[in-house]
Amino acid sequence: MAEIDVAQFLACVCCRFDSNIQPYLPRALENSYISEMTFTEATPSRATPAPSVGQSALPHTRIEPSKGWISLGLRELWQYRELLFFLAWRDIKVRYKQTALGAAWAVIQPLFTMLVFTLFFGRLAKVPSDGIPYPLFSYTALLPWQLFAYALTESSNSVVANERLITKVYFPRLVVPLASIVAGLVDFVIAFALVIAMMIWYGVRPTLAVLTLPFFVILTMATAFGVGLWLSALNAQYRDVRYTLTFIVQLWLFASPVAYSSTLVPARWRPFYGLNPMAGVIEGFRWALLGKSQAPGTMLWVSVVVVALVLVGGLYYYRRMEKTFADVV
Amino acid sequence: MTDIAIRCEGIAKQYRIGERERYRALRDVITDMVTAPFRRVRSASQDSSHVNGNNKETRFWALKDVSFEIKRGEVAGIIGRNGVGKSTLLKILSRITEPTRGSADLWGRVGSLLEVGTGFHPELTGRDNIFLNGAILGMRKTEIARKFDEIVAFAEVEKFIDTPVKRYSSGMYMRLAFAVAAHLELEILLVDEVLAVGDASFQKKCLNKMQSLSEHGRTVLLVSHNMSSVTRLCERTILLDDGSVACDGRSQEVVSVYLQSGVGASAQRQWDNIEKAPGNDVVRLRAVRVRTETGEVTDTIDIRRPIGIEMEFDVLKPGCLLVPNLHFVNEEGVYLFAASDHDPKWHRRPRPRGRFVSTAWIPGNFLSEGTLTVGAAVSTMDPVVVHFFERDAIAFHVVDSLDGDSARGDYAGPFPGVVRPLLKWTTEYGLGIAASPLAGVEDGNR
Repeated sequence: MAEIDVAQFLACVCCRFDSNIQPYLPRALENSYISEMTFTEATPSRATPAPSVGQSALPHTRIEPSKGWISLGLRELWQYRELLFFLAWRDIKVRYKQTALGAAWAVIQPLFTMLVFTLFFGRLAKVPSDGIPYPLFSYTALLPWQLFAYALTESSNSVVANERLITKVYFPRLVVPLASIVAGLVDFVIAFALVIAMMIWYGVRPTLAVLTLPFFVILTMATAFGVGLWLSALNAQYRDVRYTLTFIVQLWLFASPVAYSSTLVPARWRPFYGLNPMAGVIEGFRWALLGKSQAPGTMLWVSVVVVALVLVGGLYYYRRMEKTFADVV
Repeated sequence: MTDIAIRCEGIAKQYRIGERERYRALRDVITDMVTAPFRRVRSASQDSSHVNGNNKETRFWALKDVSFEIKRGEVAGIIGRNGVGKSTLLKILSRITEPTRGSADLWGRVGSLLEVGTGFHPELTGRDNIFLNGAILGMRKTEIARKFDEIVAFAEVEKFIDTPVKRYSSGMYMRLAFAVAAHLELEILLVDEVLAVGDASFQKKCLNKMQSLSEHGRTVLLVSHNMSSVTRLCERTILLDDGSVACDGRSQEVVSVYLQSGVGASAQRQWDNIEKAPGNDVVRLRAVRVRTETGEVTDTIDIRRPIGIEMEFDVLKPGCLLVPNLHFVNEEGVYLFAASDHDPKWHRRPRPRGRFVSTAWIPGNFLSEGTLTVGAAVSTMDPVVVHFFERDAIAFHVVDSLDGDSARGDYAGPFPGVVRPLLKWTTEYGLGIAASPLAGVEDGNR
């Protein structure tokens, strides 16, 4: 017992002499108790700062209150792409932890929604589906819709959910909502496998239009990102967003041509229907995949313009608000 | 100019009161929007007369005007009372929040360590969390991969590296989290209180690591409450007070200035209004004082002299068994000891109504140098009822005048230990091995 205590005492006061441990208090030791009384022989090796990089090579950061319009900081965002990847990867890895069904959930959700839609809208209400088997018709719309709904919900909550990070570390804040959008893609890819199976089952062959599919996927994510930027920045300050979000997503589902076709909307109103960006996105997606319905025209372009406006506006709004995130979130 | 790592010029930060605690509901904004036009008219008329009472109440300056420069390779400490803006300053320097006024320049990649384990996810394994946390702290994936083994070895979690961290003990969790941060290859490191966590041996390891960082030319800015780690690690310390730099210089000097300023407590506390005094309807505390043996009230006591802690209290309800007790804590927050009244005159005797003055005497040559805060309480022991417990009731400093007759003898440097008794030493000479060769070597050394 006494031996241990002595050892601890020595370790505490003179780690310098312990080969395993880095100098513990070299500065204090130079004139300290033990070194003077017992180890006067040991010449203290004062460490001289050995700069590893030349001053000229050191990045310079200037911190001052920002004024007026700020840049989007896309270059910095690019520098932090690895963090973006890691945050998305974290969300994906954590999502289905401790669930029995795991990633099957990514298919189960749209599948069951499709079954319910088929029963009530397809069979009972006999909603026209542009000559496409109703299950396939609704599932092709549910794919981008689920991606959108998930990405929107996650990105809107992302700033609040990552509060600990935001109040403790600096990184471009855009990384946070962007990572949750990217994470949504995984579910999309899994659920996509089912649509391929369904197309084979119903004997639907994709046309050349399928090459435009990536564009519609990107447009879906851009829509979710644009709206998510506004909502996440608002959510940081007003938690009301969290409660209205489920409501918004629900209403939006029925305002979009998921369970029905946009041909139900009179032709002359269709461009206005495109003001709901998801209308253009979903019809475009359906057309790209199945090639059966009409190629979306004006409606799609209206949607694209709306998405662009929402996205750019959202980016600037988010950048303006992000400087107060750490204080208000 | 070239050897400066951090330069702050007139940094100020204003917060709206309540901004940090409460979020605004959309409802408030809508009401704001509705009333805004009217308010603008009103504030325009107010501005002309420079009456802005409304603004004054809801805003406060966490930092008013902070300027300093830190050289490259310097390890500097920041100390100050709670809420003085130390953490805010660090948050500004790490770009988490913006200053309201002023500017700062930093030369070099900046890493901030405001919390151990930022971004750790409980569901992920130790391995995953190393990569995630490293990326959050600004490391490249290749860099993390290269240091992976080193990090795991430092954290001593080799066996559990593929276990989710939610199954880790808190010690393992802390070790892993610090290990990642400690392996950051950045030029400037901003550290907030992270040394206050973990067990003693881990703290020591952290201190070692920080020390070696500075020896490799890293600049470290350390916010701490632990005066001993500040003086140990930092050559230089900046004392913040009232939102600006109160003192800046050699750590020992700045720390002693800070301690002299009294850590918010003094050698004497009195409660003149019995209604507001700590206590209940049985007993109320009226005063606590530090006295020397000659009866003076003082906050500075010679290490060789006895110290009297005097407690004055009014018993309002007669017939209770009351035991005054005192609690001693040093400046590092270490609970030194408790003392409970043993005066045989009142031991197990119900006390009548009236004023009592109880004094506990701490012998000279017992405490070590430093600042002690004293908590005062009166309790009933069976059943246990604490009638009041005033933490940090008073504080006093124990000083050694270095005359050579205290326990430190003729040695004037840092002296470890929370107590410093002057022990009785005995020496025997000339027994048995007087002729051994070892004795000769020792003589030669002298």
